[in-house]
Amino acid sequence: MSINRTDVLLCCGSGCVSAGSLKVKEKMVEQLAKHGLTNEINIIETGCMGPCDYGPVMMVYPEGVFYKKVTPEDVPELVEEHFVKGRPLHRLMIQEGNKVIANKEDIPFYKKQVKVALENCGYINPEKIEEYIAVGGYEALGVALTEKTPQDAIDVIKKSGLRGRGGGGFPTGLKWQFVHDAEGSPKYVVCNGDEGDPGAFMDRSLLEGDPHRVLEGMMLAGYATGASEGFFYIRAEYPLAIRRIRNAIKQAREYGLIGKNIMGTEFCFDAEVRTGAGAFVCGEETALIKSIEGRRGQPIPKPPFPANRGLRENPTLVNNVETLGNIPTIFRKGAEWFAGMGIETSRGTKVFALTGDVKNTGLVEVPMGITLRELIYDVGGGMADGKKFKAVQLGGPSGGCLTEQHLDCSIDYETLKNLGAMVGSGGVIVMADNNCMVNVAKFFLEFSMEESCGKCTPCRVGLKMMHTILDRICQGKGQEGDVEELERLGETIKQTSLCGLGQTAPNPVLSTLRYFRHEYEEHLEKKSCSTCTCLNLMHFEIDKEKCIGCSLCARKCPVSCITGSREEKFTIAQDPCVKCGNCFEVCPVKAVQKLPGMAELTAVNSSFSSLYE
Amino acid sequence: MKTLEELRKIREKAQQDMKLRESNTRVKVVVGMGTSGIAMGARDVMKAILDEVSKRGLADVVVTQTGEKGLSSMEPVVDVIEEGKPVVTYGNMTPDKARRIVAEHIVNGRIVNDYVVAAQR
Repeated sequence: MSINRTDVLLCCGSGCVSAGSLKVKEKMVEQLAKHGLTNEINIIETGCMGPCDYGPVMMVYPEGVFYKKVTPEDVPELVEEHFVKGRPLHRLMIQEGNKVIANKEDIPFYKKQVKVALENCGYINPEKIEEYIAVGGYEALGVALTEKTPQDAIDVIKKSGLRGRGGGGFPTGLKWQFVHDAEGSPKYVVCNGDEGDPGAFMDRSLLEGDPHRVLEGMMLAGYATGASEGFFYIRAEYPLAIRRIRNAIKQAREYGLIGKNIMGTEFCFDAEVRTGAGAFVCGEETALIKSIEGRRGQPIPKPPFPANRGLRENPTLVNNVETLGNIPTIFRKGAEWFAGMGIETSRGTKVFALTGDVKNTGLVEVPMGITLRELIYDVGGGMADGKKFKAVQLGGPSGGCLTEQHLDCSIDYETLKNLGAMVGSGGVIVMADNNCMVNVAKFFLEFSMEESCGKCTPCRVGLKMMHTILDRICQGKGQEGDVEELERLGETIKQTSLCGLGQTAPNPVLSTLRYFRHEYEEHLEKKSCSTCTCLNLMHFEIDKEKCIGCSLCARKCPVSCITGSREEKFTIAQDPCVKCGNCFEVCPVKAVQKLPGMAELTAVNSSFSSLYE
Repeated sequence: MKTLEELRKIREKAQQDMKLRESNTRVKVVVGMGTSGIAMGARDVMKAILDEVSKRGLADVVVTQTGEKGLSSMEPVVDVIEEGKPVVTYGNMTPDKARRIVAEHIVNGRIVNDYVVAAQR
């Protein structure tokens, strides 16, 4: 046993790493060595702890103190105070009003969360199999292999009510049954880690923070379905996730947990990692399978489903990372326990990546059936910087935007689908009232358009047509009937596209048309963007009452369209203005205003006419 | 690893290494590490306690530290806190005395009266 007296868990999820947690670690090592504490204090790199907004974050045990926003500059003081003198550094703790919150359990962010898939994320060292075993890892596999038949294992998952966490929401137990019953050999298990939606990082965090859990889930799936080989399909943009899962496979092999005759039984299983090259469509299971086979990642019509003819024409189970992450705990704690959480049709918990204009951005896991209000206001801590809530986007480019009136709706597969959004993989983007919904819809549509594989016409051409219309609406060149045309195109694409990408790509537009139609109409009829996001439908003006005539704006204007003097104050000539926003930013008295509506183009000031010649 | 029993053995061993992160500790030993405590050798006292705890494999003991206790004349000062029992404060500690406290108080439950400064609820 080591002489450790303190475990420092330093979050090294991608969020905290980019906020500088590795530099903090370096500095910690240096400072601890300086004080001769190296042997007493153990720094452990963990996966994502959740509150990414506070990154880099760390937990200090045995006290259980939670530190936020630790910079390398804070480290000398932190080491001196906490580790040498034993005085927790209040300055770096989360504070609510005047109260310092020392313990993780007391932080509001964690209070409504229930961690199942993320149980160990941020608690164990993801690069040490021993720590995963210490918290009960591979027990479920051992018990299943020695005491359960594959059919028993499938029945456990069926009873738990677990549904696919990648977005589709297909009952997992049923999928397992299909693969189990399918004829053909060898069978395969594929873990879908091709998470590509903007604003989503659930799967990445799980793979980075607790890779052994996903591996154990995959092996349990392999045992239940009769597969002996597994593939982790992870996008190349997730290098840390790939490294950790490879490391997990290596360690499991060293311990004899994967390979031949696992736990002394007949069961043999091996797994390997395949990296995706960043095509969104490869998250679609048939395209993903093609990609693993080394072919072009394009979907094929279903049926036959992968369960019957998948990888190398053999029965293949494709499960999402989070789905597999739930499996070991369901086996350990029982199907009834899992089914006890959530609501009727949606059991268990769901991991969400909470982003946007919300106070506590980060990775959260909540029971299904929680309301949007609880998720955004209780877990997320409400709107950031006192902004006003306008909409929440769920499900990424396949999902939709919901409004304030939906805040009390429950988060489950059916409710969200009926409202025009979806649980999807779990991206939640909260938007304040300075977001233009037409522009938001355009952003997501552009993403889908660029990611369309081009195989089927509705998606390839239809999305481009929709984008053209949206673009001209934002330009102020919208035509009568554009809104109706968007709806017609959207419905057609939904009904006639081959794969899930095309079938859901119009959702961001259709849902905003449903709930924010007045914004489209405003753009079309009044040629005005009330949030001043669409540059052609807004303009800058200087409030002469406020202007102090300092001329800063005029000097910063790249096209010299601001003129005036201290006495006369300054004015912006609208025609040459490129709406770069420089004047708005530099004005010391905030006299430059953003106003909705197109600028009234007056006769061009003679001094600018040279610009047009 | 070939059996479930082997896995469970590995788990028990691995849990030892992670005990700091659990909250089910029986005894908490708090060493006063203010300036005067450190000057009087509190660090060596703490190292001795850590060493003794680890040698004996006491999984349910947590050693931690605190700032100035106010008892400068009695430094180094060590508190032994057990759930539901009075907090026992020992003064004028040395590494050897500290080892005795681990052996007698923490392991055998007998307070070492010779060194006690105070016992309070």
